[in-house]
Amino acid sequence: MTKNFKGIAASNGVAIAKAYLLVDPDLSFTKTEINDVAAEQARVDDALKASSADVELIKTKAEQNLGAEEAQVFEAHLMVLSDPEMSAAFKQKIADDKVNAEEAVKEVTNMYIDMFEAMTDNAYMQERAADIRDVTKRILSHLLNVSLPNPALINEQVILVSKDLTPSDTAQLDREFVKGILTDLGGRTAHASIMARTLEIPAVVGCDVATAEVSDGITVIVDGFTGEVIVDPDDATLASYQKKAEDYLAQRAEWALLKDQQSVSADGKEFVVGANIGSPKDMPAVLENGSEGVGLYRTEFLYMESDHLPTEDEQFEAYKAVIEKMDGKPVTVRTMDIGGDKHLSYWKLPEEENPFLGYRAIRISLDQTDIFRTQLRALLRASAYGNLWIMFPMIATLAEFRDAKKIYLEERANLEKDGVTMGDVKLGIMIEIPAAAMLADKFAKELDFFSIGTNDLIGYTMAADRGNDKVAYLYQPYNPSILRLINNVIDAAHKEGKFVAMCGEMAGDPIAVPLLVGMGLDEFSMSAPSVLQTRSLMKKLNTADMKLLAEKALDAETNDEVIALVEAATK
Amino acid sequence: MAQSKDFHIIAETGIHARPATLLVQAASKFTSDVTLSYQGKDVNLKSIMGVMSLGVGQGADVTIKTDGADEEDAMEAISTAMEAEGLAE
Repeated sequence: MTKNFKGIAASNGVAIAKAYLLVDPDLSFTKTEINDVAAEQARVDDALKASSADVELIKTKAEQNLGAEEAQVFEAHLMVLSDPEMSAAFKQKIADDKVNAEEAVKEVTNMYIDMFEAMTDNAYMQERAADIRDVTKRILSHLLNVSLPNPALINEQVILVSKDLTPSDTAQLDREFVKGILTDLGGRTAHASIMARTLEIPAVVGCDVATAEVSDGITVIVDGFTGEVIVDPDDATLASYQKKAEDYLAQRAEWALLKDQQSVSADGKEFVVGANIGSPKDMPAVLENGSEGVGLYRTEFLYMESDHLPTEDEQFEAYKAVIEKMDGKPVTVRTMDIGGDKHLSYWKLPEEENPFLGYRAIRISLDQTDIFRTQLRALLRASAYGNLWIMFPMIATLAEFRDAKKIYLEERANLEKDGVTMGDVKLGIMIEIPAAAMLADKFAKELDFFSIGTNDLIGYTMAADRGNDKVAYLYQPYNPSILRLINNVIDAAHKEGKFVAMCGEMAGDPIAVPLLVGMGLDEFSMSAPSVLQTRSLMKKLNTADMKLLAEKALDAETNDEVIALVEAATK
Repeated sequence: MAQSKDFHIIAETGIHARPATLLVQAASKFTSDVTLSYQGKDVNLKSIMGVMSLGVGQGADVTIKTDGADEEDAMEAISTAMEAEGLAE
């Protein structure tokens, strides 16, 4: 029977496919007494063999998609599965206690888990307890003959349905098979949503009931424009959505014609439309979509995806790869933005009451200057290969910028002394903190450029966490208070002849783009798949008209009033 | 005639993580029994769980014994792995 529900539209496009539930199955069982010890022991062998085959597959996929280092955890899983002592212990337990294989596996693995978890002075061993839990789940799933899903095991076209997607889940998604994403939790700016847009997979998130209402294998329609979800559709519905999916593909083909064109308004004003990336692996999408620059390279992923602080050479290779691929087009690199909700497994930050108002980003860099200097040296060495811009995140005061710049200049002088070739580098800051936005005129005298990070700027201005459903209504990108802050930054920069970019979600938002064109923003940086759509929209806008529209919006009272103004003006 | 050799662990992390994996991989290539002894406890060096359960840290003195048809080759391979990884001297 057809069912409908609605979530948050998180990534454009329409997907129609069978559901693949990425939900842990019920692995409960009862302890039973068995007679045939040999048969029970054989079940253990079979389950171990089948589990190893699964993990081999997962490991291969992880190596392809995440790299050898990330795949190492699966190597550890394989070793546990082939551990001679552990399998002997399973069999011993079956022989001694006459219990079923499930019970033997549970008791033996629990003993190991308890032992490793008891090593409280050793974080590494405690993490191994988690590995054993994972492996145990897989062995039990084979004993109980239920499927334990994993994104790497998908081998047909599906809609992925889950409670939430972790970064490691999304990293393993295969675009060939995963046609759509549907989750219970999350918002438009959640990690899974950003990944879905980067991979150009239609997604609806925050549905609450997706995993409860959708059963494995049933046909689902995911409308990433409206957030609508239709389970087990009738033929007429199916046909109308198939048409919608095709229309969107046709639209994309039209946008694709703009790939090698410059971004200009209807009256010929030039803009830069760039893309945001998290790693050199994102570069194919950047180039395929004709980006005129990389407006935000989030370097924290280098730190988060490693098991140690990335060395100068490791960082240099990553930065060089991106800068070279852009072939002279500007690449804006944001220095490490750790803290808040971004953690490192190998370097524990102090527990804080308010991590988002605490020790993060430039505040860490200026405190742990060794880490900062390593990053700056790697960047400076990479600057020889193209057009590098460096920006510091979470700057609140001029003193912070001056301190960061001083360290930058010291490292530049050190490298010069060593005869290292470097290119010209522009220095700027992220505008995320209202304090810096208010004082933009003073900053503008000392730096080369601003880049407005709208997600954090809106969060800090409204004092609301966008991930908290109870206060999510306060995430109002078009609220005149936000627009005035942005306008203040643009005006202040232009008075000093400086450049202003925006690298938040807002830069690719069809409601915001007309306003930002009107305010005179220089660069718009967004997820790569939005680049051509934005270029296409700009071609239709006249800057004089948009300037008038922006003035009206800045004088408006509410977020909704601004939306209405833009819709009326651009219809 | 079983082989026996003492090692002094110098790696900062002891025998954890990657080094443990490599030792187990090295030992598993041979048919001989391979034992790791530390503080009076013996474990099978082919068992990752066993090796990790010993919690061998920096500065520990351990003994490795190999016993079987290819015991000399096994000891050779394990010694090489220990040194190549900067685990022991």
